[in-house]
Amino acid sequence: MNAEVAVVKTAAETALAQAFAQARDRLPGDDAIAARRDAAFDVFAKQGLPHRRIEEWKYTDLRALMREAKPLASPPDAAAKARAKNAGRMLGDLDARRLVFVDGAFVAELSDLRDLEAGLAVTSLAQALAAGDPVLTARLGKLAPASDVAVALNTALMGDGAVIHIAAGATIERPLHLLSVVSDKPAATFTRSLIIIDHGARVMLIESHEGPSGSDYQVNAALELFAGDGVHVDHVKVIGEGARALHVSTLAAAIGAHARFNTFSFTAGGAVVRNQLFLKFDGEGTLAAIRGATLLRASQHADTTLIADHIARDCQSREMFKSVLDDDAHGVFQGRIIVRRHAQKTDAKMMTQALLLSERAEADNKPELEIFADDVQCGHGATAGALDEDLKFYLMTRGIPAAEAEAMLVQAFLGEAIDGIEHAGLREALIENVAAWLGARG
Amino acid sequence: MNLLEIKDLRVEIDGKEILKGLDLTVKPGEVHAIMGPNGSGKSTLAYVLAGKEDYRPTAGEVRFNGRDLFEMEPDERAATGLFLAFQYPLEIPGVATMTFLRTALNAQRKKRGQEELSTPDFIKKVRNTAGKLGIDQEMLRRAVNVGFSGGEKKRNEILQMALLEPRLAVLDETDSGLDIDALKIVADGVNRLRAPDRSFVVITHYQRLLNYIVPDVVHVLSRGRIVRTGGKELAMELEARGYAQYQEEVPA
Repeated sequence: MNAEVAVVKTAAETALAQAFAQARDRLPGDDAIAARRDAAFDVFAKQGLPHRRIEEWKYTDLRALMREAKPLASPPDAAAKARAKNAGRMLGDLDARRLVFVDGAFVAELSDLRDLEAGLAVTSLAQALAAGDPVLTARLGKLAPASDVAVALNTALMGDGAVIHIAAGATIERPLHLLSVVSDKPAATFTRSLIIIDHGARVMLIESHEGPSGSDYQVNAALELFAGDGVHVDHVKVIGEGARALHVSTLAAAIGAHARFNTFSFTAGGAVVRNQLFLKFDGEGTLAAIRGATLLRASQHADTTLIADHIARDCQSREMFKSVLDDDAHGVFQGRIIVRRHAQKTDAKMMTQALLLSERAEADNKPELEIFADDVQCGHGATAGALDEDLKFYLMTRGIPAAEAEAMLVQAFLGEAIDGIEHAGLREALIENVAAWLGARG
Repeated sequence: MNLLEIKDLRVEIDGKEILKGLDLTVKPGEVHAIMGPNGSGKSTLAYVLAGKEDYRPTAGEVRFNGRDLFEMEPDERAATGLFLAFQYPLEIPGVATMTFLRTALNAQRKKRGQEELSTPDFIKKVRNTAGKLGIDQEMLRRAVNVGFSGGEKKRNEILQMALLEPRLAVLDETDSGLDIDALKIVADGVNRLRAPDRSFVVITHYQRLLNYIVPDVVHVLSRGRIVRTGGKELAMELEARGYAQYQEEVPA
């Protein structure tokens, strides 16, 4: 007898299935891509939205948090594009080459594709899929884990994104800024980007996400990053979504030998955020700094899930994630360092710290080490606590008002992570964002 | 007018009465020394004046510059002219010393309705004062008190005092942990600030500091009360005889 458990689909799951059925034939790509979309959707159809009994999603029960699935966003109209011109203010007047996505679609007229530096090639995912770009076909899905439901949905429904190729030895002076902005329609966007950085190249990549505060839109963004030997890559993701947005994003990267790789996640917006980093250190002798700062208030929920997979030997990784949680906010950090059998002399240290500004705020930290090599240095630490009242008192006795004293201590707390950003303009822009966030505290 | 007037002050910490009816009056320009054995309530007095949480008065009153001290938050007390030099200055990782000093100074000026100091004026003022206290520029570039020696931390307290120019400075065992050279530098810093409208309450266990900061009035604090008041010669007497005579009223 076959005792099959009947799975009751949630409204969101049903709506996603309908959206896929309706969109399937008009999504970009040839039959091979369509087959991949089907296979990916199948992963989702079998598993459904992840919930708290799935270990990787233990603290972020997407089935409960995602009550409904929004319809797929339609291409932005002139009004939406006009509004998007004001986007990107979170990063001040940062000098970067902007690639602008409005409602998940690449908008060439808002982007800066003039005078591309030698060795830099940029196209949109929709174009590359339509053209049957063989490089894209070969690489797409190679890094993003197919079994991850967020990635599976992204693969099934990806509409557009950036496809960037940086040639060997090229130094791209201006940062590349993938700016995603959502107009006021409460819709869902699925963007997928692919970035290939050949050996010895140097580049700074910025991803930023923003949208209207009154709209409960949904974003699923995935980036696959192939970084060759000897590259120097700085990657910064700024999640500044509107207060009611649901944001799921994934960075899946493989980094070659003797490279420098820095990634920073800044999370301040969104009602529900899941930020996934899946990093593979494929080549020996690479140095990586993996950091993040999260600022949450009201009933915001943000989950940073990191897997740093050391495959090759002699790599060093430093993971530091800090969160500041006010009101009823819920911060989650899940960090796993894997050291494979041949990854001898790996030096990996992970630290996560939560600062709770309210007694109702909650921080969940789940650090994990999986070590299969025998000659490594690995460690992790986690702390969660309130502001140090003695320090606050000390500042106040010098005449600094309570709110300002708290702000100074919060900035100092986050500074340890943010100060590691090498790009001064970006670092200062993020410090400004922290100051603005603190200024908005009651 | 008296600058500081403490009447029958009683303070409890965790349900235990530490100050048991303390009286003290400080006039403008005076230097008072408060001496006493360990556990007599010296640091409690310092903290309750500065406004530390959990150091709650249960009775009595304190008037500072004509105002009810307990109606003011610690930052208001500071802006009104009260300064506490901590016995154990705190390290604040991530907060640059210069940022800290400027924020404090300008917060006080703002509260008093004065204009904020310009950056060049501020830097000049700090460098000038730091030089006199033997604080090198390198220290000013570090985070507040981080990596400072005990003596450096105390000198940094005096630097803050000199910059903030309080009406009343309470020095809580500023001499503890200082060698004789550092002690002289600290005392020199205090003496330079002595002025007809500025007062000091120097809390200390030992008479040594009072060789350099000569007080107008010396009080003996024991078991939460001022039990004796005299001139600077009282400090010498305490040094010679110790505090034993003031502790005799120990209940069996």
